[in-house]
Amino acid sequence: MSQLNIITQARHLLQHPEFRLGARHMSQVSPGLAAWGLMTGVAMVNSGMSVWEAVAMSLLVFAGSSQLAAIPLIAAGAPVWVILTTSFCVNLRFVVFSAQMRPFMLHLPLGKRLFNGYLTADLSYVLFTKRFDKPASDEAGRRAQIAYFQGGTLLNWASWQTASLTGIVLAHSIPSAWGLGFAGILALAGVASSLATNTLRRVSAVVAGAAAVAAFALPFKLNIVVAIAAAVALAMLIDNMSPDKQVLKNKN
Amino acid sequence: MMPTNETDAWTLAVIVGLTVITIVTRSMFFISKSDWKMPHWVEQGLQYAPIAALAAVIVPEVVMTQGQLITTWQDARLFALAAGLGYFFWRKGKGQAVLGTIVVGMAVYLPLHIIWGW
Repeated sequence: MSQLNIITQARHLLQHPEFRLGARHMSQVSPGLAAWGLMTGVAMVNSGMSVWEAVAMSLLVFAGSSQLAAIPLIAAGAPVWVILTTSFCVNLRFVVFSAQMRPFMLHLPLGKRLFNGYLTADLSYVLFTKRFDKPASDEAGRRAQIAYFQGGTLLNWASWQTASLTGIVLAHSIPSAWGLGFAGILALAGVASSLATNTLRRVSAVVAGAAAVAAFALPFKLNIVVAIAAAVALAMLIDNMSPDKQVLKNKN
Repeated sequence: MMPTNETDAWTLAVIVGLTVITIVTRSMFFISKSDWKMPHWVEQGLQYAPIAALAAVIVPEVVMTQGQLITTWQDARLFALAAGLGYFFWRKGKGQAVLGTIVVGMAVYLPLHIIWGW
C-alpha cells in the first residue's frame, strides 16, 4: 500500500514540468561540476584511499570541497575531530544557504527536509534561489517548487557521482607521479576565490594561509584548526573595531 | 601502476562523520520547525570561516614539501596556482570560472611537473 504510494508519488514528480525544467537548467552547468567530480575521484585514490573507501566517500559525503579538504588530512592520519572540524568549517557556507532555503522546506516532514538538505550543493542552491524568491502560498505552488528543486538536485547528484566514480577508476590507469591530485587543490582555490567577495574575507584567507604554514609543526594537523581560529578571530576583531564598516565591507 | 590501498575501519568512520556533517550543515536552518536565532557573533564568524578553512588547507599544499617551506621558485605548484587564480579573477568568477581555474592551472602544472620535473 505505502510502497504503491511512493511509486505514484515518484511518477508524479518525474512527470512534473518543473522537475524537467530544474533538470534542464542544471544540465547547462553540470559539465563544469563533472570535471571537478572527476578530479575528486582521482584525488581520493591518489591520496592512498582504497577503492571502496573512495566509492563510499563519494556516494555518502557528496560534498566536493569538504572531501578535498579532508583527503590530505586523512592521508596524514590527523585525529578525527580535526578532520571533522575542518570539514564543518568548509561547509559553513551551506548553513548560510539553509537559512535562505528554510521557508521553502518547512512544509515538508523531517525526513524529506533532511533529504533535500543533503542534496543542496552549491549549484542547486544558486539555481533554486535564482528561480524562486519567495515560497509559494498554495499546495500546487509548493509542489512545483520542490519538483524544480529535485529535478536539479537529483541530476546534479547523478552527474557528480558518475564523474567521481569515473575518476576513481581512472586513477588506476594514471600514474600518481603525474600529480593529477593537485587539480583538487586548484578546485579548492577556485571555490575559495568565489568566496573572496569582500576585503575582510580576503584578510581571513591570507591570515589562515600564513598561519597554517607557520604552525605546520604542530601535531595532529592542528595547524588547520589554529589557522581557522586565528583568521576568524582577527577578521571579527577588525570588523568590530572599524569605525566605518563600509570601507572594508564594500558591497558583498 | 596499480595503487593497492587498503580499506580500514577508521577511514570508514571518518566518512560516516563527514556524511553527518554534510546533512547537518546543509539542513541546519530547517531541521527544527521552531523559530530560533543565531547569536550575532556566530552569524558574523560564519562570514569568515569557510574561506579561512579552505586557505588553511590550500596554502601548505602549495608552498611546502614534506613539512618544510620550499626554498625554490622552480615549483610547478606556484605557477599553476598563479595561472588558475589569474584566470578566475580575469573572468571575474563568472560562468565556469572554477572549472577554468582547474583547467588553466593543470595546463601549466602538468608540463612543468612532468617534463621539467619542477
